[in-house]
Amino acid sequence: MREIVVLSGKGGTGKTTMVGVFATLAEDAVFADTDVDAANLHVIFNPEVVNKEPFFGSQLPVVDQEECIRCGVCTDMCRFDAVHYGEVDEYNCEGCGVCLHVCSVGAITLKDVLSGYVYDSKTPYGPFFYAELGVAQESSGKLVVRVKEKARQAAKKENKAFLVVDGPPGIGCPAIAAMSGADLILAVTEPTAAGLHDLARVVGLARHFGTTVAVCVNKADLDESMASAIENYCRDEGLVFLGRIPFAKGVVKAQLKRAPGMEQDARPVEEAMKRVWRRALCL
Amino acid sequence: MRRRRLRGVGPVIVAVASGKGGTGKTTVATGLALSLEKEMCFLDCDVEEPNAHLLLHPVIASAEPVYLPVPVFVPDRCSGCGYCLDVCNYNALALIADKVIVFEQMCHGCGGCIGLCPTGTFEEGRRAIGVVEEGRTGKIFFAHGKLNVGEALVPPIIKNLRQRLDTVMPTVIDCPPGASCPVVQSVRGVDFCLAVTEPTPFGRHDLEAVVEMLKILGVPCGVVINRADLGDAGVKDFCNEKGIPVLAEIPFDEEVVRSAAAGVAVTERNPSWRRVFRGLWGEIERLTNYA
Repeated sequence: MREIVVLSGKGGTGKTTMVGVFATLAEDAVFADTDVDAANLHVIFNPEVVNKEPFFGSQLPVVDQEECIRCGVCTDMCRFDAVHYGEVDEYNCEGCGVCLHVCSVGAITLKDVLSGYVYDSKTPYGPFFYAELGVAQESSGKLVVRVKEKARQAAKKENKAFLVVDGPPGIGCPAIAAMSGADLILAVTEPTAAGLHDLARVVGLARHFGTTVAVCVNKADLDESMASAIENYCRDEGLVFLGRIPFAKGVVKAQLKRAPGMEQDARPVEEAMKRVWRRALCL
Repeated sequence: MRRRRLRGVGPVIVAVASGKGGTGKTTVATGLALSLEKEMCFLDCDVEEPNAHLLLHPVIASAEPVYLPVPVFVPDRCSGCGYCLDVCNYNALALIADKVIVFEQMCHGCGGCIGLCPTGTFEEGRRAIGVVEEGRTGKIFFAHGKLNVGEALVPPIIKNLRQRLDTVMPTVIDCPPGASCPVVQSVRGVDFCLAVTEPTPFGRHDLEAVVEMLKILGVPCGVVINRADLGDAGVKDFCNEKGIPVLAEIPFDEEVVRSAAAGVAVTERNPSWRRVFRGLWGEIERLTNYA
């Protein structure tokens, strides 16, 4: 089984659309959406959910207000400015539990926090795993790890050829979790200064972890000269360049129909994306 | 030290968020800052992928690393009791043959092991996880953070940036995408949040998460629909349902993409865009009673 993770650095370059097109192409794959902050692949996959698993990814201190003597030791010891004389600021809290250990009257306990849900589902394209992080929750990295774990298990059990992972934007904890263990990173970028800048950071991250990266430029004809600059960057950096994908206003129609396949006016986009995938599979 | 600021006191602080990535946060945030032609403060809190400097071209005057504290093991002092392992909630320590090994990448810098070891085994060291740079462009005071490639922890850099907020000038904060901890750290305590979205099912789905988050944080918001002609009515229906004002609808325009490709803010390439952003700022001032 080969694991291909689609990343971009910059958001909105077309990761999910790209994975959707792969779904119409491949018959032997498992899919996972690891953009748990803003999961979108299920919107076009219309999955039939077969299991919903609660995910407890972090902990928060609970202070027994009757026991608390407002001594402030917790406040002195907390490095995150998250507990103030027995009052917890849950958005600053990192769940380290130091306050519990230092509390002079033992008034603090830690409780598990429901961070979100992981879904196992069936789609016409293969098994699909995704998650939704609770509103304003943390520990998205751990949730990504859980989604990937389940998707890998399914891929192995059903002996699938591919695990295709729709990744999050950025290069921080969710992106690192999504990237870990990948055989190939397919980086989708766009012909803007930000697209190139953010691509370079994703490439840096992939090198840090020793993972192979291949690049494609989406919406390339919106600025051919910038697309060429990105292609040159790839050549200079020794990265595989998989191709340019044109822009079409009609791409959005597939999303509006909530299906991964494109209509007539976006066919060239779909064809270009399929070409990129076929090349990626040769790597 | 705690810095709290009463909402509505001092110049307005506006965050620009989106949920879905690539909807135009940075275009809108830089557009606002460049159109007003007054002293402004601009914070780019998307520390994983900071992009505003590519359009604003600030002259950077200072660069300070952001450090996390890390424990440094001093062998002679350790009694091998293993209490530090119980305290560490991140599995960042291991006791192997009377030596404590520190996995720095796992450590969140809580200082628990350092402060609680009965024999004072750990000294406090530090390691840089990113950098905060400050500078200026025209009338705009600019600051952004950059996470070092390979590092995972974003909130400490955003908190550091937010402490640089100048309370004598109006401020625009360019947020990261999503609706989880980095965004929460970026929008907490601001006066108003602009949610930039696109009129697609993806845009609506992710906007719903942002609106929900802002409700919990008690931050008032308004919506900007970008590429307003490429999609359906889903986002507007949602805004109507929830009573959220739609403050601007910006049609798809290749000029915006070409500007972004060239690394030029669209307001500088074509000054007629300033009207759009001045109008938007006027709406924000009206809604926050600053005008």
